[in-house]
Amino acid sequence: MSTALRTRPAAADVPVAVKRRRRKSYLLTGLVALFAIYSLVPMAWLLINATKTQDGLFTSFGLWFDDGKFALFSNIHDTLTYQDGVFVRWLGNTVLYVVVGAGGATVLATLAGYGLAKFDFPGKRGVFAIVIGAVAVPGTALAVPTFLMFSKMNLTNTPWAVIIPSLVTPLGFYLMWTFSAEAVPDEILEAARVDGAGEFRTFFKISLPLLAPGIVTVLLISTVATWNNYFLPLIMLKDPDWYPITLGLNAWNAQAATAGGQAVFNLVITGSLLTILPLIAAFLLLQRYWQSGLAAGSVKE
Amino acid sequence: MLVFAFVFLAPIAYTIYLSLYRNQLVGGNSFVGLDNYTKALQDSQFWSALGRVSLFLVVQVPIMLALALIVALAIDSGRLYGKAFFRVSIFLPYAVPAVVATLMWGFMYGNQFGLVKNINDWLGTTLDPLAPNIVLASIGNIVTWEFIGYNMLILYSALATVPTSLYESAEIDGASQMKIITAIKLPAIRGAITIATIFSVIGSFQLFNEPSILRPLAKNAITTFFTPNLYASSLTFSGQQYNYAATVAIIMALVTMVIAYVVQLRGSRDR
Repeated sequence: MSTALRTRPAAADVPVAVKRRRRKSYLLTGLVALFAIYSLVPMAWLLINATKTQDGLFTSFGLWFDDGKFALFSNIHDTLTYQDGVFVRWLGNTVLYVVVGAGGATVLATLAGYGLAKFDFPGKRGVFAIVIGAVAVPGTALAVPTFLMFSKMNLTNTPWAVIIPSLVTPLGFYLMWTFSAEAVPDEILEAARVDGAGEFRTFFKISLPLLAPGIVTVLLISTVATWNNYFLPLIMLKDPDWYPITLGLNAWNAQAATAGGQAVFNLVITGSLLTILPLIAAFLLLQRYWQSGLAAGSVKE
Repeated sequence: MLVFAFVFLAPIAYTIYLSLYRNQLVGGNSFVGLDNYTKALQDSQFWSALGRVSLFLVVQVPIMLALALIVALAIDSGRLYGKAFFRVSIFLPYAVPAVVATLMWGFMYGNQFGLVKNINDWLGTTLDPLAPNIVLASIGNIVTWEFIGYNMLILYSALATVPTSLYESAEIDGASQMKIITAIKLPAIRGAITIATIFSVIGSFQLFNEPSILRPLAKNAITTFFTPNLYASSLTFSGQQYNYAATVAIIMALVTMVIAYVVQLRGSRDR
Protein backbone atom coordinates (compact mmCIF):
# COMPACT_ATOMS: atom_id res chain seq x y z
CA MET A 1 0.00 0.00 0.00
CA SER A 2 2.72 2.42 0.92
CA THR A 3 4.39 2.26 -2.47
CA ALA A 4 1.14 3.12 -4.17
CA LEU A 5 0.54 5.97 -1.76
CA ARG A 6 3.95 7.43 -2.39
CA THR A 7 3.44 8.00 -6.05
CA ARG A 8 3.31 11.72 -6.28
CA PRO A 9 3.14 14.36 -8.98
CA ALA A 10 6.49 15.16 -10.46
CA ALA A 11 6.32 18.83 -9.54
CA ALA A 12 6.10 18.12 -5.84
CA ASP A 13 8.79 15.48 -5.83
CA VAL A 14 11.66 17.90 -5.92
CA PRO A 15 11.22 19.50 -2.49
CA VAL A 16 10.40 16.12 -0.98
CA ALA A 17 13.64 14.61 -2.14
CA VAL A 18 15.54 17.39 -0.44
CA LYS A 19 13.50 17.28 2.73
CA ARG A 20 13.68 13.55 3.19
CA ARG A 21 17.18 13.90 4.47
CA ARG A 22 15.87 15.81 7.47
CA ARG A 23 15.72 14.24 10.91
CA LYS A 24 12.40 12.53 11.55
CA SER A 25 10.49 13.53 14.63
CA TYR A 26 8.50 11.08 16.75
CA LEU A 27 6.78 13.93 18.54
CA LEU A 28 5.48 15.49 15.35
CA THR A 29 4.47 12.10 13.99
CA GLY A 30 2.56 11.43 17.19
CA LEU A 31 0.79 14.76 16.93
CA VAL A 32 -0.33 14.19 13.38
CA ALA A 33 -1.28 10.62 14.27
CA LEU A 34 -3.83 12.09 16.66
CA PHE A 35 -5.45 13.88 13.74
CA ALA A 36 -5.38 10.72 11.67
CA ILE A 37 -7.09 8.84 14.50
CA TYR A 38 -9.70 11.56 14.73
CA SER A 39 -10.31 11.23 11.01
CA LEU A 40 -10.41 7.47 10.92
CA VAL A 41 -12.24 6.52 14.12
CA PRO A 42 -15.74 7.35 12.83
CA MET A 43 -15.08 5.21 9.77
CA ALA A 44 -13.80 2.38 11.93
CA TRP A 45 -16.95 2.75 14.01
CA LEU A 46 -19.05 2.49 10.87
CA LEU A 47 -17.19 -0.57 9.65
CA ILE A 48 -17.45 -2.32 13.02
CA ASN A 49 -21.08 -1.53 13.55
CA ALA A 50 -22.02 -2.67 10.08
CA THR A 51 -21.29 -6.17 11.37
CA LYS A 52 -23.89 -5.99 14.13
CA THR A 53 -27.52 -6.92 14.26
CA GLN A 54 -30.14 -4.37 15.23
CA ASP A 55 -30.13 -5.81 18.79
CA GLY A 56 -26.37 -6.08 18.91
CA LEU A 57 -26.08 -2.34 18.27
CA PHE A 58 -27.73 -1.64 21.58
CA THR A 59 -26.00 -4.23 23.70
CA SER A 60 -22.35 -4.19 22.62
CA PHE A 61 -19.51 -1.72 22.99
CA GLY A 62 -19.45 0.78 20.13
CA LEU A 63 -15.86 0.38 19.03
CA TRP A 64 -15.63 -3.38 19.18
CA PHE A 65 -17.36 -6.32 17.53
CA ASP A 66 -20.38 -7.97 19.03
CA ASP A 67 -19.30 -11.33 20.48
CA GLY A 68 -20.22 -14.29 18.42
CA LYS A 69 -22.47 -12.45 16.00
CA PHE A 70 -20.93 -11.34 12.76
CA ALA A 71 -23.87 -10.07 10.78
CA LEU A 72 -22.13 -8.07 8.06
CA PHE A 73 -23.20 -10.31 5.23
CA SER A 74 -26.77 -10.69 6.37
CA ASN A 75 -26.86 -6.91 6.86
CA ILE A 76 -25.65 -6.35 3.32
CA HIS A 77 -28.20 -8.83 2.09
CA ASP A 78 -30.98 -7.14 4.07
CA THR A 79 -29.91 -3.67 2.97
CA LEU A 80 -30.08 -4.65 -0.67
CA THR A 81 -33.43 -6.41 -0.38
CA TYR A 82 -35.28 -4.30 2.22
CA GLN A 83 -38.48 -2.76 0.84
CA ASP A 84 -38.18 -4.69 -2.43
CA GLY A 85 -34.62 -3.64 -3.05
CA VAL A 86 -35.26 0.09 -3.00
CA PHE A 87 -31.65 0.64 -1.93
CA VAL A 88 -30.47 -0.68 -5.28
CA ARG A 89 -32.86 1.67 -6.99
CA TRP A 90 -31.48 4.61 -5.00
CA LEU A 91 -27.97 3.55 -5.80
CA GLY A 92 -28.92 3.45 -9.47
CA ASN A 93 -30.43 6.92 -9.21
CA THR A 94 -27.28 8.27 -7.62
CA VAL A 95 -25.17 6.71 -10.34
CA LEU A 96 -27.46 8.26 -12.95
CA TYR A 97 -27.18 11.70 -11.35
CA VAL A 98 -23.43 11.34 -11.04
CA VAL A 99 -22.82 10.10 -14.57
CA VAL A 100 -25.08 12.60 -16.31
CA GLY A 101 -24.75 15.49 -13.84
CA ALA A 102 -21.11 15.32 -12.83
CA GLY A 103 -19.99 13.98 -16.19
CA GLY A 104 -21.84 16.74 -18.00
CA ALA A 105 -20.53 19.32 -15.57
CA THR A 106 -16.99 18.20 -16.24
CA VAL A 107 -17.41 18.34 -20.01
CA LEU A 108 -18.97 21.80 -19.80
CA ALA A 109 -16.35 23.08 -17.37
CA THR A 110 -13.53 21.73 -19.54
CA LEU A 111 -14.84 23.21 -22.77
CA ALA A 112 -15.75 26.54 -21.23
CA GLY A 113 -12.60 26.83 -19.14
CA TYR A 114 -10.35 25.89 -22.03
CA GLY A 115 -12.21 28.15 -24.43
CA LEU A 116 -11.96 31.11 -22.11
CA ALA A 117 -8.33 30.52 -21.30
CA LYS A 118 -7.13 30.03 -24.86
CA PHE A 119 -9.31 32.14 -27.09
CA ASP A 120 -9.93 35.85 -27.11
CA PHE A 121 -13.37 37.24 -27.67
CA PRO A 122 -15.20 40.43 -26.77
CA GLY A 123 -16.65 40.55 -23.28
CA LYS A 124 -14.14 38.08 -21.87
CA ARG A 125 -13.46 40.19 -18.81
CA GLY A 126 -17.16 40.45 -18.10
CA VAL A 127 -17.58 36.68 -18.26
CA PHE A 128 -14.65 36.25 -15.90
CA ALA A 129 -16.14 38.66 -13.38
CA ILE A 130 -19.48 36.84 -13.45
CA VAL A 131 -17.83 33.46 -12.95
CA ILE A 132 -15.80 34.69 -10.00
CA GLY A 133 -18.96 36.16 -8.54
CA ALA A 134 -20.74 32.86 -9.15
CA VAL A 135 -18.10 30.93 -7.22
CA ALA A 136 -18.98 33.10 -4.24
CA VAL A 137 -22.70 32.43 -4.55
CA PRO A 138 -23.23 29.18 -2.74
CA GLY A 139 -25.20 26.45 -4.43
CA THR A 140 -27.56 25.98 -1.52
CA ALA A 141 -28.61 29.62 -1.62
CA LEU A 142 -29.88 29.00 -5.12
CA ALA A 143 -31.63 25.75 -4.29
CA VAL A 144 -34.84 27.26 -2.92
CA PRO A 145 -35.25 29.76 -5.78
CA THR A 146 -34.41 27.08 -8.32
CA PHE A 147 -37.08 24.89 -6.78
CA LEU A 148 -39.65 27.68 -7.04
CA MET A 149 -38.75 28.26 -10.65
CA PHE A 150 -38.72 24.57 -11.57
CA SER A 151 -42.05 23.99 -9.89
CA LYS A 152 -43.56 26.63 -12.16
CA MET A 153 -42.13 24.72 -15.11
CA ASN A 154 -43.30 21.35 -13.76
CA LEU A 155 -39.76 20.07 -13.61
CA THR A 156 -39.79 19.20 -9.93
CA ASN A 157 -40.10 15.58 -8.92
CA THR A 158 -38.28 14.47 -12.06
CA PRO A 159 -34.62 13.48 -12.39
CA TRP A 160 -34.03 16.63 -14.43
CA ALA A 161 -34.58 18.75 -11.38
CA VAL A 162 -31.49 17.22 -9.85
CA ILE A 163 -29.40 16.87 -12.99
CA ILE A 164 -29.74 20.32 -14.53
CA PRO A 165 -28.48 22.31 -11.54
CA SER A 166 -25.61 19.83 -11.15
CA LEU A 167 -24.40 20.63 -14.65
CA VAL A 168 -22.98 23.97 -13.66
CA THR A 169 -19.99 24.09 -11.36
CA PRO A 170 -18.49 27.55 -11.18
CA LEU A 171 -15.65 26.12 -9.12
CA GLY A 172 -14.90 23.43 -11.68
CA PHE A 173 -15.06 26.02 -14.41
CA TYR A 174 -12.64 28.24 -12.51
CA LEU A 175 -10.26 25.35 -11.87
CA MET A 176 -10.28 24.32 -15.54
CA TRP A 177 -9.68 27.88 -16.54
CA THR A 178 -6.58 28.36 -14.40
CA PHE A 179 -5.43 24.87 -15.20
CA SER A 180 -5.75 25.36 -18.98
CA ALA A 181 -3.94 28.66 -18.77
CA GLU A 182 -0.99 26.97 -17.07
CA ALA A 183 -0.85 23.46 -18.45
CA VAL A 184 -1.26 24.21 -22.15
CA PRO A 185 1.42 26.57 -23.41
CA ASP A 186 0.33 28.91 -26.17
CA GLU A 187 3.48 28.02 -28.14
CA ILE A 188 2.36 24.42 -28.59
CA LEU A 189 -1.02 25.53 -29.88
CA GLU A 190 0.66 27.97 -32.24
CA ALA A 191 2.96 25.24 -33.52
CA ALA A 192 0.00 22.91 -34.10
CA ARG A 193 -1.84 25.61 -36.00
CA VAL A 194 1.19 26.36 -38.12
CA ASP A 195 1.43 22.67 -38.95
CA GLY A 196 -2.12 22.87 -40.23
CA ALA A 197 -4.03 21.09 -37.46
CA GLY A 198 -7.62 22.27 -37.01
CA GLU A 199 -8.87 23.59 -33.68
CA PHE A 200 -10.68 20.36 -32.86
CA ARG A 201 -7.74 18.20 -33.72
CA THR A 202 -5.46 20.41 -31.68
CA PHE A 203 -7.80 20.17 -28.74
CA PHE A 204 -8.16 16.41 -28.79
CA LYS A 205 -4.59 15.48 -29.71
CA ILE A 206 -2.62 18.07 -27.79
CA SER A 207 -4.61 19.90 -25.17
CA LEU A 208 -6.71 17.05 -23.81
CA PRO A 209 -3.77 14.90 -22.64
CA LEU A 210 -2.21 17.95 -20.99
CA LEU A 211 -5.47 18.76 -19.27
CA ALA A 212 -6.02 15.24 -17.93
CA PRO A 213 -5.07 15.91 -14.27
CA GLY A 214 -7.32 18.96 -14.20
CA ILE A 215 -10.20 17.06 -15.76
CA VAL A 216 -9.87 14.22 -13.27
CA THR A 217 -9.86 16.73 -10.42
CA VAL A 218 -12.97 18.50 -11.64
CA LEU A 219 -14.63 15.14 -12.29
CA LEU A 220 -13.84 14.01 -8.76
CA ILE A 221 -14.99 17.27 -7.20
CA SER A 222 -18.26 17.27 -9.10
CA THR A 223 -18.75 13.55 -8.50
CA VAL A 224 -18.35 14.06 -4.78
CA ALA A 225 -20.66 17.06 -4.91
CA THR A 226 -23.34 15.13 -6.80
CA TRP A 227 -22.92 11.89 -4.88
CA ASN A 228 -23.16 13.77 -1.60
CA ASN A 229 -25.92 16.09 -2.72
CA TYR A 230 -28.67 16.24 -0.16
CA PHE A 231 -30.31 19.64 -0.03
CA LEU A 232 -31.18 19.90 -3.70
CA PRO A 233 -32.83 16.47 -4.11
CA LEU A 234 -34.45 16.91 -0.72
CA ILE A 235 -36.42 19.89 -1.90
CA MET A 236 -36.83 18.82 -5.53
CA LEU A 237 -38.02 15.26 -5.14
CA LYS A 238 -41.10 13.93 -3.45
CA ASP A 239 -41.24 10.50 -5.02
CA PRO A 240 -38.99 7.99 -3.18
CA ASP A 241 -38.42 6.18 -6.47
CA TRP A 242 -36.23 9.04 -7.64
CA TYR A 243 -34.34 9.50 -4.38
CA PRO A 244 -30.58 9.39 -4.50
CA ILE A 245 -28.96 7.25 -1.89
CA THR A 246 -28.33 10.04 0.61
CA LEU A 247 -32.02 10.91 0.84
CA GLY A 248 -32.96 7.28 1.07
CA LEU A 249 -30.64 6.62 3.98
CA ASN A 250 -32.01 9.59 5.81
CA ALA A 251 -35.53 8.38 5.17
CA TRP A 252 -34.66 5.01 6.69
CA ASN A 253 -33.11 6.71 9.63
CA ALA A 254 -36.14 8.91 10.19
CA GLN A 255 -38.40 5.87 9.96
CA ALA A 256 -37.48 4.86 13.50
CA ALA A 257 -38.78 8.15 14.85
CA THR A 258 -42.19 7.89 13.21
CA ALA A 259 -45.02 6.18 15.00
CA GLY A 260 -45.15 2.47 14.24
CA GLY A 261 -42.03 2.71 12.08
CA GLN A 262 -39.58 -0.14 12.17
CA ALA A 263 -36.14 0.84 13.42
CA VAL A 264 -33.57 -0.29 10.88
CA PHE A 265 -30.40 1.30 12.22
CA ASN A 266 -28.34 -1.70 11.21
CA LEU A 267 -29.45 -1.19 7.62
CA VAL A 268 -28.77 2.55 7.81
CA ILE A 269 -25.25 1.85 9.02
CA THR A 270 -24.58 -0.86 6.47
CA GLY A 271 -26.08 1.31 3.73
CA SER A 272 -23.84 4.21 4.78
CA LEU A 273 -20.83 1.96 4.52
CA LEU A 274 -21.85 0.81 1.05
CA THR A 275 -22.37 4.45 0.06
CA ILE A 276 -18.91 5.67 0.97
CA LEU A 277 -16.89 2.71 -0.25
CA PRO A 278 -16.99 3.60 -3.98
CA LEU A 279 -15.96 7.19 -3.30
CA ILE A 280 -13.11 6.22 -1.03
CA ALA A 281 -11.94 3.69 -3.60
CA ALA A 282 -12.08 6.33 -6.33
CA PHE A 283 -10.07 8.78 -4.27
CA LEU A 284 -7.42 6.23 -3.38
CA LEU A 285 -7.06 5.00 -6.95
CA LEU A 286 -6.98 8.42 -8.57
CA GLN A 287 -5.02 10.33 -5.95
CA ARG A 288 -2.07 10.86 -8.25
CA TYR A 289 -4.30 13.00 -10.46
CA TRP A 290 -6.34 15.01 -8.02
CA GLN A 291 -3.42 15.88 -5.84
CA SER A 292 -1.59 17.60 -8.66
CA GLY A 293 -4.84 19.04 -10.02
CA LEU A 294 -5.86 20.60 -6.72
CA ALA A 295 -2.37 21.97 -6.35
CA ALA A 296 -2.61 23.79 -9.65
CA GLY A 297 -6.01 25.21 -8.78
CA SER A 298 -5.12 26.50 -5.36
CA VAL A 299 -1.74 27.92 -6.16
CA LYS A 300 -2.96 30.16 -8.89
CA GLU A 301 -5.01 32.90 -7.34
CA MET B 1 -23.31 29.45 -21.29
CA LEU B 2 -26.97 28.90 -21.94
CA VAL B 3 -27.16 26.23 -19.26
CA PHE B 4 -25.24 28.53 -16.99
CA ALA B 5 -27.76 31.29 -17.50
CA PHE B 6 -30.65 28.89 -17.01
CA VAL B 7 -29.62 27.42 -13.70
CA PHE B 8 -27.78 30.39 -12.34
CA LEU B 9 -28.98 33.75 -13.48
CA ALA B 10 -32.62 32.86 -13.95
CA PRO B 11 -33.15 31.64 -10.38
CA ILE B 12 -31.45 34.74 -9.03
CA ALA B 13 -33.65 37.01 -11.09
CA TYR B 14 -36.73 35.02 -10.16
CA THR B 15 -35.83 35.16 -6.47
CA ILE B 16 -35.42 38.90 -6.57
CA TYR B 17 -38.75 39.17 -8.32
CA LEU B 18 -40.43 36.96 -5.71
CA SER B 19 -38.92 38.85 -2.83
CA LEU B 20 -40.63 42.03 -3.97
CA TYR B 21 -44.13 40.55 -3.99
CA ARG B 22 -46.53 39.14 -1.49
CA ASN B 23 -48.96 36.33 -2.07
CA GLN B 24 -52.32 36.84 -0.47
CA LEU B 25 -55.35 34.62 -0.26
CA VAL B 26 -57.38 37.40 -1.69
CA GLY B 27 -55.95 39.22 -4.66
CA GLY B 28 -53.03 36.91 -5.48
CA ASN B 29 -49.59 38.37 -6.04
CA SER B 30 -49.17 42.01 -5.32
CA PHE B 31 -46.15 44.22 -5.49
CA VAL B 32 -45.02 45.24 -2.03
CA GLY B 33 -41.62 46.76 -2.73
CA LEU B 34 -39.18 46.20 0.07
CA ASP B 35 -41.78 45.20 2.65
CA ASN B 36 -40.46 41.63 2.85
CA TYR B 37 -37.00 42.95 3.60
CA THR B 38 -38.25 45.18 6.38
CA LYS B 39 -40.10 42.22 7.76
CA ALA B 40 -37.00 40.04 7.70
CA LEU B 41 -34.90 42.64 9.42
CA GLN B 42 -37.42 42.76 12.26
CA ASP B 43 -37.84 39.01 12.43
CA SER B 44 -36.33 37.67 15.65
CA GLN B 45 -36.23 34.12 14.29
CA PHE B 46 -34.18 35.27 11.33
CA TRP B 47 -31.80 37.16 13.59
CA SER B 48 -31.38 34.22 15.91
CA ALA B 49 -30.56 31.99 12.95
CA LEU B 50 -28.10 34.54 11.61
CA GLY B 51 -26.56 34.96 15.04
CA ARG B 52 -26.16 31.23 15.39
CA VAL B 53 -24.29 30.80 12.12
CA SER B 54 -22.18 33.87 12.89
CA LEU B 55 -21.16 32.34 16.19
CA PHE B 56 -20.43 29.13 14.37
CA LEU B 57 -18.35 31.04 11.85
CA VAL B 58 -16.32 32.89 14.46
CA VAL B 59 -15.56 29.78 16.48
CA GLN B 60 -15.51 26.81 14.12
CA VAL B 61 -13.78 28.26 11.07
CA PRO B 62 -10.65 29.53 12.88
CA ILE B 63 -10.30 26.28 14.83
CA MET B 64 -10.68 24.16 11.73
CA LEU B 65 -8.31 26.25 9.62
CA ALA B 66 -5.71 26.42 12.40
CA LEU B 67 -5.78 22.65 12.81
CA ALA B 68 -5.62 22.17 9.05
CA LEU B 69 -2.66 24.52 8.89
CA ILE B 70 -0.82 22.71 11.68
CA VAL B 71 -1.28 19.38 9.94
CA ALA B 72 -0.27 20.82 6.57
CA LEU B 73 2.89 22.36 8.04
CA ALA B 74 3.72 19.16 9.90
CA ILE B 75 3.32 17.02 6.80
CA ASP B 76 5.25 19.51 4.72
CA SER B 77 8.11 19.69 7.22
CA GLY B 78 9.30 16.29 6.03
CA ARG B 79 9.90 15.14 9.59
CA LEU B 80 7.06 12.66 9.77
CA TYR B 81 7.11 8.93 9.49
CA GLY B 82 4.64 7.73 6.89
CA LYS B 83 3.52 11.13 5.71
CA ALA B 84 1.71 9.80 2.65
CA PHE B 85 -0.46 7.68 4.92
CA PHE B 86 -1.34 10.70 7.06
CA ARG B 87 -2.05 12.91 4.11
CA VAL B 88 -4.51 10.47 2.62
CA SER B 89 -6.18 9.31 5.83
CA ILE B 90 -6.83 12.83 7.07
CA PHE B 91 -8.25 13.76 3.71
CA LEU B 92 -10.58 10.76 3.46
CA PRO B 93 -13.52 12.21 5.45
CA TYR B 94 -14.01 14.64 2.57
CA ALA B 95 -15.17 11.69 0.48
CA VAL B 96 -17.85 10.85 3.02
CA PRO B 97 -21.22 12.40 2.14
CA ALA B 98 -22.47 14.93 4.67
CA VAL B 99 -25.53 12.78 5.19
CA VAL B 100 -23.50 9.73 6.06
CA ALA B 101 -21.08 11.75 8.19
CA THR B 102 -23.93 13.27 10.14
CA LEU B 103 -25.76 9.98 10.57
CA MET B 104 -22.51 8.40 11.73
CA TRP B 105 -21.69 11.11 14.24
CA GLY B 106 -25.33 11.30 15.22
CA PHE B 107 -25.28 7.62 16.11
CA MET B 108 -22.06 8.07 18.02
CA TYR B 109 -23.48 11.06 19.87
CA GLY B 110 -26.70 9.24 20.59
CA ASN B 111 -27.43 7.89 24.02
CA GLN B 112 -28.87 4.62 22.73
CA PHE B 113 -25.92 2.77 21.27
CA GLY B 114 -23.41 5.51 20.66
CA LEU B 115 -19.90 5.91 21.88
CA VAL B 116 -21.04 8.69 24.13
CA LYS B 117 -23.25 6.24 25.97
CA ASN B 118 -20.26 3.95 26.47
CA ILE B 119 -18.22 6.83 27.82
CA ASN B 120 -21.03 7.91 30.11
CA ASP B 121 -21.40 4.35 31.42
CA TRP B 122 -17.71 4.16 32.20
CA LEU B 123 -17.22 7.50 33.79
CA GLY B 124 -20.65 7.88 35.30
CA THR B 125 -21.13 11.16 33.48
CA THR B 126 -24.29 12.35 31.78
CA LEU B 127 -22.76 14.01 28.77
CA ASP B 128 -25.25 14.62 25.98
CA PRO B 129 -23.82 16.18 22.82
CA LEU B 130 -27.33 16.72 21.50
CA ALA B 131 -28.47 18.88 24.40
CA PRO B 132 -29.72 22.29 23.26
CA ASN B 133 -26.81 24.28 24.67
CA ILE B 134 -24.03 22.27 23.10
CA VAL B 135 -25.58 20.86 19.96
CA LEU B 136 -23.98 23.66 17.93
CA ALA B 137 -20.55 22.58 19.15
CA SER B 138 -21.41 19.00 18.22
CA ILE B 139 -22.32 20.15 14.73
CA GLY B 140 -19.09 22.11 14.63
CA ASN B 141 -17.22 18.92 15.36
CA ILE B 142 -18.93 17.14 12.47
CA VAL B 143 -18.15 19.94 10.04
CA THR B 144 -14.56 20.15 11.25
CA TRP B 145 -14.20 16.42 10.78
CA GLU B 146 -15.55 16.61 7.26
CA PHE B 147 -13.45 19.49 5.99
CA ILE B 148 -10.21 19.55 7.93
CA GLY B 149 -8.58 17.26 5.39
CA TYR B 150 -9.82 19.22 2.42
CA ASN B 151 -8.42 22.46 3.79
CA MET B 152 -5.25 20.71 4.83
CA LEU B 153 -4.77 19.53 1.27
CA ILE B 154 -5.27 23.00 -0.21
CA LEU B 155 -2.72 24.46 2.19
CA TYR B 156 -0.34 21.55 1.75
CA SER B 157 -0.45 21.83 -2.04
CA ALA B 158 0.45 25.49 -1.74
CA LEU B 159 3.28 24.74 0.67
CA ALA B 160 4.70 22.13 -1.67
CA THR B 161 5.29 24.79 -4.30
CA VAL B 162 7.35 27.07 -2.07
CA PRO B 163 10.93 26.72 -3.29
CA THR B 164 13.00 24.79 -0.75
CA SER B 165 16.01 26.94 -1.48
CA LEU B 166 14.26 29.69 0.46
CA TYR B 167 14.13 27.62 3.65
CA GLU B 168 17.63 26.37 3.24
CA SER B 169 19.23 29.75 2.98
CA ALA B 170 17.17 30.84 5.97
CA GLU B 171 18.38 27.82 7.91
CA ILE B 172 21.96 28.60 7.03
CA ASP B 173 21.39 32.11 8.28
CA GLY B 174 20.32 30.55 11.57
CA ALA B 175 16.58 31.12 11.45
CA SER B 176 14.53 28.90 13.76
CA GLN B 177 11.81 26.63 12.40
CA MET B 178 9.18 28.89 13.92
CA LYS B 179 10.73 31.90 12.25
CA ILE B 180 10.82 30.10 8.90
CA ILE B 181 7.15 29.26 9.24
CA THR B 182 6.02 32.77 10.09
CA ALA B 183 8.40 34.65 7.83
CA ILE B 184 8.50 32.45 4.73
CA LYS B 185 5.90 29.72 4.63
CA LEU B 186 2.81 31.59 5.82
CA PRO B 187 3.24 34.62 3.54
CA ALA B 188 3.92 32.30 0.63
CA ILE B 189 0.62 30.46 1.00
CA ARG B 190 -1.46 33.50 1.77
CA GLY B 191 -3.55 33.02 -1.36
CA ALA B 192 -4.39 29.44 -0.44
CA ILE B 193 -5.32 30.48 3.10
CA THR B 194 -7.62 33.13 1.68
CA ILE B 195 -9.36 30.63 -0.59
CA ALA B 196 -9.77 28.11 2.22
CA THR B 197 -11.22 30.85 4.44
CA ILE B 198 -13.70 31.99 1.81
CA PHE B 199 -14.97 28.47 1.22
CA SER B 200 -15.31 27.89 4.94
CA VAL B 201 -17.16 31.17 5.44
CA ILE B 202 -19.60 30.32 2.67
CA GLY B 203 -20.01 26.85 4.12
CA SER B 204 -20.89 28.13 7.57
CA PHE B 205 -23.48 30.58 6.33
CA GLN B 206 -25.08 27.85 4.29
CA LEU B 207 -25.15 25.38 7.16
CA PHE B 208 -28.07 23.11 6.49
CA ASN B 209 -27.37 19.41 6.03
CA GLU B 210 -25.95 18.66 9.43
CA PRO B 211 -28.62 20.33 11.57
CA SER B 212 -31.36 19.14 9.25
CA ILE B 213 -30.27 15.51 9.52
CA LEU B 214 -29.64 15.71 13.25
CA ARG B 215 -33.11 17.07 13.89
CA PRO B 216 -34.86 13.72 14.27
CA LEU B 217 -32.30 12.85 16.96
CA ALA B 218 -32.48 16.16 18.75
CA LYS B 219 -35.98 17.53 18.32
CA ASN B 220 -35.79 20.04 21.16
CA ALA B 221 -32.32 21.30 20.45
CA ILE B 222 -32.66 22.12 16.76
CA THR B 223 -35.48 24.44 15.84
CA THR B 224 -36.94 25.04 12.39
CA PHE B 225 -35.06 28.34 12.36
CA PHE B 226 -31.75 26.92 13.58
CA THR B 227 -29.84 28.30 10.58
CA PRO B 228 -30.98 30.74 7.88
CA ASN B 229 -31.07 27.98 5.27
CA LEU B 230 -33.15 25.75 7.46
CA TYR B 231 -35.44 28.68 8.09
CA ALA B 232 -35.82 29.45 4.39
CA SER B 233 -36.57 25.85 3.50
CA SER B 234 -39.09 25.39 6.29
CA LEU B 235 -40.75 28.65 5.26
CA THR B 236 -41.03 27.26 1.76
CA PHE B 237 -42.23 23.77 2.55
CA SER B 238 -44.14 23.98 5.79
CA GLY B 239 -45.27 27.57 5.67
CA GLN B 240 -45.75 28.01 1.91
CA GLN B 241 -44.34 31.50 2.31
CA TYR B 242 -42.41 31.51 -0.93
CA ASN B 243 -41.96 35.23 -1.17
CA TYR B 244 -40.62 35.58 2.32
CA ALA B 245 -38.34 32.56 1.86
CA ALA B 246 -36.93 34.18 -1.26
CA THR B 247 -36.21 37.32 0.73
CA VAL B 248 -34.32 35.38 3.37
CA ALA B 249 -32.32 33.60 0.65
CA ILE B 250 -31.36 36.91 -0.95
CA ILE B 251 -30.32 38.52 2.29
CA MET B 252 -28.15 35.52 3.09
CA ALA B 253 -26.55 35.53 -0.36
CA LEU B 254 -25.75 39.22 0.04
CA VAL B 255 -24.29 38.77 3.50
CA THR B 256 -22.18 35.85 2.28
CA MET B 257 -20.88 37.74 -0.71
CA VAL B 258 -19.98 40.79 1.32
CA ILE B 259 -18.07 38.74 3.86
CA ALA B 260 -16.33 36.66 1.20
CA TYR B 261 -15.32 39.88 -0.48
CA VAL B 262 -13.97 41.36 2.73
CA VAL B 263 -11.93 38.21 3.36
CA GLN B 264 -10.55 38.42 -0.14
CA LEU B 265 -9.59 42.06 0.28
CA ARG B 266 -7.86 41.36 3.56
CA GLY B 267 -6.11 38.37 2.08
CA SER B 268 -4.69 40.24 -0.87
CA ARG B 269 -4.11 43.62 0.71
CA ASP B 270 -0.43 43.27 1.42
CA ARG B 271 0.60 41.72 -1.84
